[in-house]
Amino acid sequence: MTAIRIDQLSHAYGERQALDGVTLEIRRGEVFGVLGPNGGGKTTLFRVLSTLLPTQAGQVTVLGFDMATSSADVRRRIGVTFQAPSLDRRLTLRENLVHQGHLYGLSGRALSARIDDRLARLGLSDRQNALVNSLSGGLQRRAEIAKGMLHDPELLLLDEPSTGLDPGTRHDLWRYLLQLRDESGVTVVVTTHLMEEAEKCDRLGLLDHGKLIALGTPAELRAEIGGDCLTILAEEPTRLSQRIAERFGIEPKLFGQSLRIEQTRGHELLRDLVEAFPNEITSVSLGKPSLEDVFIAKTGHRFWEEDEADEQ
Amino acid sequence: MTPDPSNKLMREPAISFWLPIWTLTLRELLRFFRQRTRVIGALGQPLIFWVLFGAGLRGSFQAPEWAPKGMTYQEYFFPGVTVMIVLFTAIFSTISIIEDRREGFLQGVLVAPVPRLALVLGKLTGGTLLALIQAALFLVIGPLLQFVGLAPSLGWQLTLGGWLAMVGFLCLVAFALTALGYSMAWSLDSTQGFHALMSVFLMPMWLLSGSFFPVPESGWLSWVMRLNPLTYGVAGLRRLMSPLLAAAPVSSSLPSLATCLVATCGFCLVTVVLAGWLTHRRSVINVR
Repeated sequence: MTAIRIDQLSHAYGERQALDGVTLEIRRGEVFGVLGPNGGGKTTLFRVLSTLLPTQAGQVTVLGFDMATSSADVRRRIGVTFQAPSLDRRLTLRENLVHQGHLYGLSGRALSARIDDRLARLGLSDRQNALVNSLSGGLQRRAEIAKGMLHDPELLLLDEPSTGLDPGTRHDLWRYLLQLRDESGVTVVVTTHLMEEAEKCDRLGLLDHGKLIALGTPAELRAEIGGDCLTILAEEPTRLSQRIAERFGIEPKLFGQSLRIEQTRGHELLRDLVEAFPNEITSVSLGKPSLEDVFIAKTGHRFWEEDEADEQ
Repeated sequence: MTPDPSNKLMREPAISFWLPIWTLTLRELLRFFRQRTRVIGALGQPLIFWVLFGAGLRGSFQAPEWAPKGMTYQEYFFPGVTVMIVLFTAIFSTISIIEDRREGFLQGVLVAPVPRLALVLGKLTGGTLLALIQAALFLVIGPLLQFVGLAPSLGWQLTLGGWLAMVGFLCLVAFALTALGYSMAWSLDSTQGFHALMSVFLMPMWLLSGSFFPVPESGWLSWVMRLNPLTYGVAGLRRLMSPLLAAAPVSSSLPSLATCLVATCGFCLVTVVLAGWLTHRRSVINVR
């Protein structure tokens, strides 16, 4: 069962290519994460999926409807939570939800009951008559989710949902998203630049420079790298890198002050390295590859390097 | 894969056209009345203008030919100030589009299954109602000022039908001006830009509509004023407000009521179509 089918989707803002030939399928009832650095194209993908931007090139089918011709059908079936708040801050929480309900054709007692249910589920009932302005960031975010879920969408799109949330609230948010998937079979698509968040997704797509560079479950992605990952901090990383290459025949990758080596049986290499260069190495750590390692392996650059290229 | 039709019927209510208009209008009113300064600003300034200019220009004012004998400047200025209130309120209510966009609210509306025309009409109805409420307040407060010596006696002699015709016409003017403001706000990404357009375009449009001084019979200015759609709004209102002027002869500074009605309807149609067309396009400016 496919929820979203994206075929050769490209999108450009003037000269700048934000999405470049992305092909991707998202299944029904999964939590799918779009992971990538800022400016990688994930927000553009989100905008196309949420019908804010038209499809410039390629084809996108959401819940069986072609985006190019049936965006109205798509709009009725999706719930969207933006990165920026979309609540009217001069209205109360409940007024916001009533307004949202009306926009989706809900009204009267049915709407009222639905609002009560969402408020209760998200623990917002006692604040429903407060002006949105007066709510804390965490509560506002929860209210955004309540808003996006009000019309029982089959697909929930969330753009960087944890922005500005403290760890506790972030945890609650994810518990709620997974609950939606398990109890209501809702398909959830989340964009994120947080590795920790990406780990919670059923499957992930990695976007960089508008291209889909990897696709799979977090475990599959890590398995693609294989083996262990060594991170070495050194005073003079360049020189150390050369010496490691001479002595062990391995080419470490250099990132700022640190070196990275992917290697099966990493613990043996660790021992040999420390013995060989006791003075040059400041610290060394050995770990299973993280999603960040996957990203580095696929792109050859670090995740955060291109932050400046943010499209906002 | 095609969605199961039975499921479809169960889960979605039909897309309504009127409900979104209603809810967007209601939001506009709620927001307005929660910002008291806006209420005061939109009504207070024109009221002060009316009194101050009325007092200051009393001596130098030369009434146009069609004016009834002894018309003071304040009487002349009265329909103009009413239009000014409508203009200010309508225009300021559409600035909120820029704020809504910046605050993110607009995106939420744009991804909702709302026909784009309903979105436009919701906003325009809200702005129009606000303008009418403010104008009505002025129509009540203005004449009352005669009792404290700040205004002449206006001699209201309107029948119920006359009132309805006047309010209906004012409604048309307000709708057109709100749609004009909407189109401007939709295309701009900052409120500063809006204020700039307001001072170089909207204020002159009001000044050159015959609200502030009569349209001269000849010269380039007379042509600018004749081409200004708001001239017909002011003149129409003038005729509808005063039974004495209803039958006054047609001149370039006071076109016939039929001309005013046709021109204002045309103005309204053009601005509403423009607003609808702009909204229909999906544009990068709306995504942040």
